Amino acid sequence: MASVRTYRWALRGLSLLLCLGLWQLLAQQHADLGLVTFRNVPPPGEVLQALLALFGSGAWARHLVASLERVAAGYLLAALVGITLGVAIGRSRWAADTLLPPLEVLRPIPAVAWIPLAILMFPSSELSMVFITFTGALFPILLNTVHGVEAVDPRLVASAKGLGAGRWALLREVVVPGAMPSVVTGLAIGMGTSWFCLVTAEMISGQWGIGYFTWEAYTLQNYPDIIVGMLLIGVLGLASSWLVKRLGAWAMPWYRPGGRP
Amino acid sequence: MSHSHLRSEQVSIRLGEGEQAFDAVLGLDFSIEPGQFVCILGPSGCGKSTLLGALAGHLAPSQGVLYLDGEPIVGPSPQRGMVFQHHTLLPWRRVLDNVAFGLKMQGLGRAERQAQAREMLDWVGLAEFARHWPRQLSGGMQQRAEIARVLVNRPRVLLMDEPFGALDALTRARMQQLLLGIWARVRTTVVFVTHDIDEALLLGDRVLVMSTRPGRLIADLPVPLMRSERQPGLEHPALAALKRQCLALLHPEHRPLPRLTPLGLPPDFTPSKIAL
Repeated sequence: MASVRTYRWALRGLSLLLCLGLWQLLAQQHADLGLVTFRNVPPPGEVLQALLALFGSGAWARHLVASLERVAAGYLLAALVGITLGVAIGRSRWAADTLLPPLEVLRPIPAVAWIPLAILMFPSSELSMVFITFTGALFPILLNTVHGVEAVDPRLVASAKGLGAGRWALLREVVVPGAMPSVVTGLAIGMGTSWFCLVTAEMISGQWGIGYFTWEAYTLQNYPDIIVGMLLIGVLGLASSWLVKRLGAWAMPWYRPGGRP
Repeated sequence: MSHSHLRSEQVSIRLGEGEQAFDAVLGLDFSIEPGQFVCILGPSGCGKSTLLGALAGHLAPSQGVLYLDGEPIVGPSPQRGMVFQHHTLLPWRRVLDNVAFGLKMQGLGRAERQAQAREMLDWVGLAEFARHWPRQLSGGMQQRAEIARVLVNRPRVLLMDEPFGALDALTRARMQQLLLGIWARVRTTVVFVTHDIDEALLLGDRVLVMSTRPGRLIADLPVPLMRSERQPGLEHPALAALKRQCLALLHPEHRPLPRLTPLGLPPDFTPSKIAL
């Protein structure tokens, strides 16, 4: 068993190394493949140097904090609004009839398409970026919450009523925990979309932030920094999704994905 | 508990909507004495679970009234505890907290409700499993926990919807004995729905037989003999005769009907409010 595992990890590592090697080769040769050219793509070594330079300069912390703050604000607001509205819509026909029509109209509009209007609507570019992040995370969270609430076993609800649960106890003890696995899925998807939206928004109207850093690198022709920015965005997205999943697992010790209830 | 008296006056229950609507049960008249163990026997889909759902307050009769101690039954209440065919323990609560759920709803403090819940778990032989999650229990143990959870509310009536129907034969026999043992201690009224003649004759003081849909009461049979004299094979001549009578009443040649549930029609596909 152990040897099989070592072998598989070795294979995975080798695959990564091979990709790095290919990148190095293509960048070094300034390969021109017709459709796509590597003439301006920096090789891995230069990217590493740029990364070290960024960490050395101290500016990285400011970029990182700026992005993290925006995501935190927009995402947490989206989680609050999405879960609250989702539970209301899932539980009450009245809430569904009053809240859903406007939401359904807004839903197909990608968050990124809001950027110009958001810049016009909000007094600061900071607020408009938080708004874009919020919009990106809202719908995945809202939709998954509604589905989770609708999927709660009606027998559990009936049984809890029979044991004396009132309206609020029913929400707290049955509906919300029952919808939780679906809510966590929505939160994980929403985390991904909120990063995506934030980076895009920062490219257009930022002073600080990873998206701004990446776009600025392009305009100033610091090509290695472009890839540094891309890698940072990837790492941040990965880390925050991991955090959401860990929090989900912590909040639901009873839940085993795919297991019988 | 001494005034427990369950009465059904000309109760009919309609299920479904529009053209699909049908009478699940029709013109039911019966009354049950306090502390009686009554089995409701009928073929699948005859509406016996529907009747139980109405007794629990999950369904409203379209005609007639159900009374408990002179009060009309409206909505669910901890006074009328319901045990479902498949357990309804909350997956996110440990066994102990599931059993203590009713007491929590009454506003009892944590220590007090856990102490009472522990006692109930002890009754059903699950004391060691208090800290387990429901999914970690076997089917029989889940039903034990379900029964304990209902009994902790000291209900005036215990309503059971084929509670052992999904269990294997050996576990079912063990659960029947467990239930009789508990009933001997609490002496609450029991309404026990089953389609298994042997089960009805082993457990009940009395068997109400229902016809196929629309369900009507077609026989009200007192079961002779003390429970200690009833043997699982029903070999005693009096029980064997009663079993033959039930078999004749149940008409096995009837076309099978889809099962009804205490919550009405079986859950169907309901479109989500949001289409993806």
